[in-house]
Amino acid sequence: MALTGVLRPGHVVLRVMDLDKAVAHYTDALGLIEVARDDKGRVFFKAWDEADHHSVVLRQADEAGMDYMGWKVDSAATLERLAGDVKNSGLVTDTSWIAAGEHPHTGKRFRFTIPTGHVMELYAQKDATGCSTGYLNPEPWPDGLKGMAPSRFDHCLLYGDDLDGTVKLFTEVLGFGLAEEVVAGPEKFRIAAFLSCSNKVHDVAFIRQPMKNKFHHASFLLDNWYEVLKAADIISKRKISIDLGPTRHGITRGETIYFFDPSGNRNEVFAGGYIYYPDKPTVTWTDDQLGPAIFYHDRKLNEAFLSVVT
Amino acid sequence: MKHRIEIVNGSESFGCPADLDVLRAMECLGRKGIPVGCRGGGCGICKVRVVEGPYRTGAMSRACVSVDEQSDGYALACKLFAEGDLRLQVVGKMARCFAGSAGGFHVYGLQGAASQTNN
Ligand code: FES
Ligand SMILES: [Fe+2]
Repeated sequence: MALTGVLRPGHVVLRVMDLDKAVAHYTDALGLIEVARDDKGRVFFKAWDEADHHSVVLRQADEAGMDYMGWKVDSAATLERLAGDVKNSGLVTDTSWIAAGEHPHTGKRFRFTIPTGHVMELYAQKDATGCSTGYLNPEPWPDGLKGMAPSRFDHCLLYGDDLDGTVKLFTEVLGFGLAEEVVAGPEKFRIAAFLSCSNKVHDVAFIRQPMKNKFHHASFLLDNWYEVLKAADIISKRKISIDLGPTRHGITRGETIYFFDPSGNRNEVFAGGYIYYPDKPTVTWTDDQLGPAIFYHDRKLNEAFLSVVT
Repeated sequence: MKHRIEIVNGSESFGCPADLDVLRAMECLGRKGIPVGCRGGGCGICKVRVVEGPYRTGAMSRACVSVDEQSDGYALACKLFAEGDLRLQVVGKMARCFAGSAGGFHVYGLQGAASQTNN
């Protein structure tokens, strides 16, 4: 197995203020599939092409935002090793083990808080309940999909203060590569980092801003540009709060559109990008080119996109 | 049935149907004055204080409006419904995105944020 260590972002847990409205948004509009509810009232979802039991979790709360992200690692041995490394790194706080079964169909999770204030988890086991097309002579896509129908949960973009500490943790302890970055001023002060643990152009990204533990968006993968345009139609048809797009990012080259769930958490659906390899040189953007870096067509900064977080 | 919304720390005023939240009513008319973010009561960008007039609110993130603030008239405009003419003070503004470092990195300010809030 060439891809080892941390494999992918396996789940994201979001807080919502009206669970029924949120479930309707994430199933009918975004097009995820509800797979379970638990006795704590949490609702679990997956995208149609994902094998593991769930990737998105919604929790009713009196505020919006992200509770935590979970990362699947390649084995129980890797989980033990990385948990030790993370704990001894001096970069994290509030470490704990969450018992197997606390998420349905999921093994034990090692939880910690990273320097930007976000809670992250590592886990090695989640039941592979299978994707919607199966694995024997599968059709390319299943019938009965709803809404935008992304094939997978792809990444999150998070805002926080100690960007340097978080980048150090992800690159030096968890084995991620820095695919792209944004630097500011003559001293090339890093203000954004796009991190990959795989061949994806990013599995998580962070932007420096003064407050800890802020959530910018959770992103889901579509096949192509036309599906992004169709997502835009769905956003208008369903009167969903749009942020911006459809457009292209300079950073990561993704074709994208952003919108909000009914509690104000931002979602993205996107297509494109490129293949990242661990030996690929880091792409650097300078702050004087930040307009086209973020929105390649408009070439202008957008206040709401940069400022609005939950 | 339309109510009058007046922004006291700005020069805008606009009509707001009773069944539309104040932020949406403003946006529909192409007016400005209150910053627009998520429109879902989650981000806090559209925070206002009602200085006069009757209203009700929908679910607003506690991270943005505390219990005390709520009883003091603070609300999120995207979850604010007028039940009569309202006078509002705009509180929320587009925050700067990139913080400065101790080493003196020049803050990457978002020009226009102030004017969006104030005009
Ligand atoms: S626009 Fe986000 S809380 Fe109103
Ligand atoms: Fe993204």
